[in-house]
Formats: sequence, C-alpha cells, structure tokens
Amino acid sequence: MQGKTPFLDTKGRVFLGILAAAAVLTPLLFLATPAGSSLHMPAYLVALLGKYLCFALLAVALDLVWGYCGILSLGHGAFFSLGGYAMGMYLMRQIGTRGVYANPVLPDFMVFLNWKELPITWWGFNSFSYAMMMVLLVPGVLAFCFGWFAFRSRVTGVYLSIITQAMTYALLLSFFRNDMGFGGNNGLTDFKDILGFNVQADGTRAALFSISAIALGLGYLIARAVVTSKFGKVLIAIRDAESRTRFIGYRVETYKVAVFTLSAMMAGVAGALYVPQVGIINPSEFAPANSIEAVIWVAVGGRGTLVGAALGAVLVNFARTWFTGALPELWLFALGLLFILVTLFLPKGILGTAAELTARLRRKPPEDKPQPTAAE
Amino acid sequence: MTRLLGAAVSRVRVELTRKALKWGAAAVLFGLMGAAFQPVSLRADTIDDVLAKFATDRFPDTEKAIQDLASSGLATGPAMLEALAASQLYFDPISKGVFLKDSSGALIAARTGVKADGVPEARLKKVRMNNSVRGAMQTAQGALSLMSPDPAKRLSAAESVFKSRDPASLPLVQMALEAEKDARIRGVFEQARASIIASDNSQDEIKRLDALDVIKDRGDQDAASLLSTIAASSNGRVKASAEDGARAIQSRLALWAHVQNIWYGLSLGSVLLLAAIGLAITFGVMGIINMAHGEMVMLGAYTTFVVQEWIRAHNPALFNYSLLIAIPLAFVFTGFIGVVIERTIIRFLYGRPLETLLATFGLSLMLQQAVRSIFGANNREVGAPAFMSGSFDFGPIAVTSGRMWIIVFAIAVFVGLLMLLRVTPFGLRMRAVTQNRRMASAMGIDTNRVDALAFGLGSGIAGIAGVALSQIDNVSPNLGQSYIIDSFMVVVFGGVGNLWGTLVAALSLGVANKFLEPIAGAVLGKILLLVFIILFIQKRPRGLFALKGRAVEA
Repeated sequence: MQGKTPFLDTKGRVFLGILAAAAVLTPLLFLATPAGSSLHMPAYLVALLGKYLCFALLAVALDLVWGYCGILSLGHGAFFSLGGYAMGMYLMRQIGTRGVYANPVLPDFMVFLNWKELPITWWGFNSFSYAMMMVLLVPGVLAFCFGWFAFRSRVTGVYLSIITQAMTYALLLSFFRNDMGFGGNNGLTDFKDILGFNVQADGTRAALFSISAIALGLGYLIARAVVTSKFGKVLIAIRDAESRTRFIGYRVETYKVAVFTLSAMMAGVAGALYVPQVGIINPSEFAPANSIEAVIWVAVGGRGTLVGAALGAVLVNFARTWFTGALPELWLFALGLLFILVTLFLPKGILGTAAELTARLRRKPPEDKPQPTAAE
Repeated sequence: MTRLLGAAVSRVRVELTRKALKWGAAAVLFGLMGAAFQPVSLRADTIDDVLAKFATDRFPDTEKAIQDLASSGLATGPAMLEALAASQLYFDPISKGVFLKDSSGALIAARTGVKADGVPEARLKKVRMNNSVRGAMQTAQGALSLMSPDPAKRLSAAESVFKSRDPASLPLVQMALEAEKDARIRGVFEQARASIIASDNSQDEIKRLDALDVIKDRGDQDAASLLSTIAASSNGRVKASAEDGARAIQSRLALWAHVQNIWYGLSLGSVLLLAAIGLAITFGVMGIINMAHGEMVMLGAYTTFVVQEWIRAHNPALFNYSLLIAIPLAFVFTGFIGVVIERTIIRFLYGRPLETLLATFGLSLMLQQAVRSIFGANNREVGAPAFMSGSFDFGPIAVTSGRMWIIVFAIAVFVGLLMLLRVTPFGLRMRAVTQNRRMASAMGIDTNRVDALAFGLGSGIAGIAGVALSQIDNVSPNLGQSYIIDSFMVVVFGGVGNLWGTLVAALSLGVANKFLEPIAGAVLGKILLLVFIILFIQKRPRGLFALKGRAVEA
C-alpha cells in the first residue's frame, strides 16, 4: 500500500503510522478486551472516532482544492452529504420488509407518502457496487459540471465561494422537499444491514472504523501524489498567480476542474463512510454553516499541509464534543473565536506555524512568503 | 390563526343563516313586516307583550316571543338572543320581568338594557329551550342580522345570502334592501337579491338577465364562480350571458392577479433590498465579505425590541413612535459595532478576502450566541404601531399598510444612501478611497478613518433594515441567517460596486420569486432562482451592471 514512499515526508509517515496503528488497535481494544478492562474501548468512542476520521477525510479533500489551488469551496459539505445520501439509499433498500410498513421494495417514507413505485433515482441502489459507484459519481459529476461552468467563465475568489454556498443552499432546500424522494425533512435512517452485516453490531462498527482509517490514509496518499506531481506544481502556480499561469500557456480551468472533481469525490467517500457510523443522513447536513466549518478545520490545522487539515478536523471536532458536553452555551463562542483568532494570528495553522518555528530554531530563514499587509 | 378563525366564524354564520331561513322565514317575515309598517307608538305595548311571553315558562309562548322579538324593535333583542343561546336568559316568575346575564356575569333588565340591581337572583329561573325554540332562535338571529343596527353584521349577513342563494330568503332580502340606507350595504343586498333571482330557473328570463348584470358588476371570484354555476344549470340567453360574464370576470381577475404578484414581488424585493443594501456598501464598494451582515440586521431588530420594551415599561404613549425612535438608535448601535469590528478584526485582513469571510463568519456565530444568551432562543414579540397595521383595498387587492411602508422605507433608505455617496464630503472620500486607495491617501484622505466609517455605515444600514424586518419576520437569533445568502445573491446578481444594480436585482428577484411561486411552489421557486443566479454568474461573472475599466481588477 505504501509503495510510493518517495512522496512522503516525515509528517506524512507519522500520520500514516498513526492511522495504521488506529486501524489495527481500535478494533482490538474494542472487540478483544473484556468490557470491564481498563484497556477496553466503549462502542460510542469507536463511533465518535470513526466520525472524526470521516471529517478528517473531508478536510483533506478541501485542503487539496483550497490549500493547493486557492479554490475556497463553501460547498464541500454538499459533496459530503451527497455521498452520504448515496450510501443511505443503499442502506434504506437493505431494510427490505423489516420496515414499519414491511414493503419489500419501497422505503417506509415512500409508503407513507402513498407512492406506488420506486422513483428512477432509487433504481439500482439495492446493489452495493452500484451505490458505491454513485458515491463517487454523483458528487464527481456535480463538481465537474459546476466547475466546468464556473472555472471556464473565470469565476474566482469570493465569487466562487459565494456561488458554491448558493449551490449547497439550493441543495439544502431541495432535499427538504418531500417530492424529491429522499425522505424530506427526516432524511434516511433506521438502517439495518450493510452487506448483510448488522450496522449496530460491534464487529461492523470496528470494521467501519478501520475502513474509515484506511480511506483517510488512501485519500491522503492520493492527495499527496497529486500535489507532489508536476500537476500539483501547476496547481500551486494557479493558487499563487492565476493570470500568470494562464499566460504561460497552461489551461488553468482544466486543472481546476480536475482537482475540484477529485476533491468532491473524496468528500463523497467521506460522507458515505460517515452515514453508517452515525446512523442517519438528513438535509441539515447540507447547511452552509457545515461547509464553512469544514473550512475552519483546514485553517486551524494549516492549509496546504494535508496532514494539518486532518489534524484540524480532529481537534476542532474533539473540542466540539467536549464543549457540547461540558459547556454547551459556550461552544458557539469558542468556535467563533477560533475562526477569528486563527485567521488573525495563525494564518498558517498549527502545522504551518510549527514548521516556521522549527525552521527559525535551526537558524534558517523561514520559507519566505510575503506577509500580507494591512490596508495600504 | 386569526384568518382560520375568521373563516370558521363566517362558515358558521352562513350555516346559521341558511338554517334560520329554512326553518321559519315566513314567521319572521310577518314579524318584520310588522316592524316596518307598525307605528312607533304601538311598540311599547308589543314589547311588554313579547317579554311577558318569555316569562310564562311554556315552550310555545317562548317560541312566539322569539318570533315577535325581531319585529318589536327592542334594542336589547340581539343581546337577548345571544344570552338565550348561551342559556343566560332569565325570568322572574313573580314580577314577570325578563333579565339577561352578559359575558361579565352582570344581570341586565331586558326591558331597559340597564343593570338590574336589587333583583333577588335566587328567585330567577332560566328560560328553557327545546329544539323548536332553538330553531326559532336561529331564524330570529339570521333575520336580526339582516336588519341589525350594526352595519358590519348586516354586511356579512347579506354576503352569506349572496353565497347561499336560498330562494326562501328573497322576501327578507327585499325587505332589508328597502330599509337600508348605507349605499355600500345596499349594493351587497342588491347582489344578494340578484344571486337568488339569477339562480332560480323558475324566474322570468328578463329578470334573470338583469340580475346577471348586477352579479357581473360585482366582478370578484365569488361572482365568477356563481356565474359558472348558473351557466351550468341554465340554458338559452341566460346561459350565454352567464358564461360571458364568468369569462370576462376571470380574465379581469387574471390581470389583477398579475398586478397583485407584482405588488407582492415589489414588497419582497424591498425586503431583499433593505437586507442587501448595507452589504452593497461593505461588499460591493469596499470589497469586504461580511458574513456577519445578517447579524447586524438581527441586532437592529433586537434594538427595536428593546426600545419597545422600554416604552411599554416607561411611557406607553410613545408606542406609535417606537419605530421612529428605534431607527436612529439601531443605526448608531449597529454602526458603532461595525466600526469596532472594522478596527479590531477586518483592518488586519484587507487584501485577504477569503480570510475576512472566515473571521466574519466566526463573528456571526459569536453574535448569534450572545443574543441567544441575553434574550433567549425564542422569538421575541415586536409590536406594530398603529400606522403599520391595517390595510386598504386597491381594486380587489388588499394592501397591508405595513408592507407599503416597508417599500417606502426601502426606497427612502436607498435614495438617502445614494445621496450620501453622491453629494456629501464623506461620500466623496469614500468613493475616492475605493477607486484608488493610494492616490486618495496621497491627497490627504485618512483612509483608515474612511474604511472604519464606511464599514460602520454599511452595518448601520443593516441595523435600520433590521428595524423594518422586525415588523414582518420573527425576531430570533437566527433572523440574520435567513437573509445572508439572499443578500449576497442580490449584490452579486446586481453587480458589485453598484447601488443601482442592487436596486434592480432586489426588485427583479422579488418579482420573479412571486411569479414563480404559484407555478412551482415557494421552495422550488426559490431553488430555481438560486440556480438561475448561479448560471447567470457563469455568464456574467461581474453581475448585471458590471463596473468597467481598471477598477474591475482592483
């Protein structure tokens, strides 16, 4: 799996090492130790950490476009949710006759809405491989079309951010509608089986966790492969001087569309892994605020570092878990303050600042990027 | 809620009238005739006779008494019937006096309508009812409402006859019509009569055609559906005339529906304009992505709430001026907060728009949570002053004053802002800084000050938008979130850096939304507009009215 080590730096090796350890140790601690043991990992913790890993994958995907290509997407939550819905639809079809209305074909909410047959959007979702294909294709095609139009008309910077936000907002409104046939307000839930295994069973949970860790590792490797290649150099050039890159002769929009689509597919996979672990997907996942929050994970960890993005996602979500338990009132204050402090004082994020500090300690001049100046 | 209640009440009323008319129109008719033709001097005796019958405690007498009540002209008649319906009508078996208890429980003499003090309440007996008495009572109530001294009651009774078209009530309506003085109610009585005649196949054709003309003149949806019903059940000239009339009314109504859509659209557009116009300054002119803009609107709305609370507690007489007081306060308050935000956060982020977006989003989360902690997560009640409530009719459209004032207010804010930018020294400096910051600085303009004040101006305008929006939306910590995306859409669609573009974009999006709503539904209409704007930006990335020249790349 790690045949392409030349791509990896120390950070990356440590990251992959931790992931590999987590993928092996967590199921061991969860399944092989008795419930009373001090080494035992409770089920909720496995689900929680699995959720963090999915968010980390989303953050890596976002860092690929934002950190390396300067595309601040406020719509990655939408790709994440679309992947999640594709997985959710597969899981809904697996319920079969165990639903409240025991309809072998139609999910409960369709029976409730008095629908007679499965809408075309749901065809094929009883097949796992078809569903997995959709997990990649739906976000991918949407990102491709969206990017194709947006990048070719040179919609850049904040305009792009605003229309990606409008995109996820439009999807939010659409998925709230019952007519769309995706469960409306309530979304998809009450899952039973995945590939014949009970979603609630300990073994399935452990497996989902390990798969999430592996997916994150793979996602990291793919992103790393992209950014260390020649293609990645062009991406960085686009980020730093788009017009200049275009004038040199690169087709900027092709590069942007390609990386945007790849990133959306990674986000879709993250969503697909997220849904069976939390047991529900509903339209509120499309909320624009979720997408913006994903951006702050990347910013906290350090944009353009990939590992930092994953780290940021885990840290911020850990903070959320802790705050909502201990001081729920203060969570939004803390998150808001984090947004402000990170942008003001830590523009390179934790890893970026750490790298700068170690470089300074070694008496090397820090990697020179001109500090953005305040209003002239 | 109130609308539902109103519908229910009017349905009950129609039902009542219809029953009443079926059960005893003839009896009441005689009574009414009596009322119309008897000399006034005879009435005193009649009244005493009627009241005496209530006190005999026999059902047939009670029934007769009720039937005569309508013709007796007794001022307390309607109140007595109401009391009877609520079993609050009493008689004194010894003195044969009749009394009623009003809703507050006070005992009132039916003869005089004044409080009956010193009547031994224990001696009183209830006037009893059976089905027959109850029927007579409902009939009398229907008749009394056609002849009621209260014009509103007469009007609604006439309307319900128009809808029920019960032939039995024709003589009654005729009577009421002759006695009616109010021209408007007279018109409705005529329409009611016409609806009965026109739908009655046994009537003379000429009469029916005349009646159809009266209905056509009415010209609303009820008239149109009545005409189609008549057309379906008649033939010959009546059918043709009714069909023509229905068609003419429908096409006229369709035209009015467009007018109404445009009006609603302008109303929605003015709300969008108010929400977006502050953003047109901060984002459009200064290039700052202020995601906390919606929260400035929310703070303006909460300022209104606080002002009204203070007025309620200290000086209720000022309530009608609460909005006028809140507008400058909201402007100063949110403007001040805007200046603070600019000085403490945004000025470090100029030239880094994406970072500004994140920082201000964080700020919006904090402001929301702050308001939630102080005022609670629930909606707060902001009242409407007298001039904002009520409505008036424009053709078949009911125009609510609140909506109208918001349109006026939005336009006033727009014009004021335009003037501020065009003619004041501050506007001049602001335009200079946005066009060429370094040159402006070289000419001696304090650009930091201008930045702070301009951001404060944008925030202050968001605040006064909040005052207006508090009148039509729920004042809750989430108020701002519902406007922020729409506001950005408006500014981007209209073209950044162009106030006129914002105006055109807001109004056209508002109107387009209202025209899409009946076709596609509210949510789908909104989605379609979002998709349209997303596609539009691909085509014209700089909006409807793009700035041209060097400023574009700045």
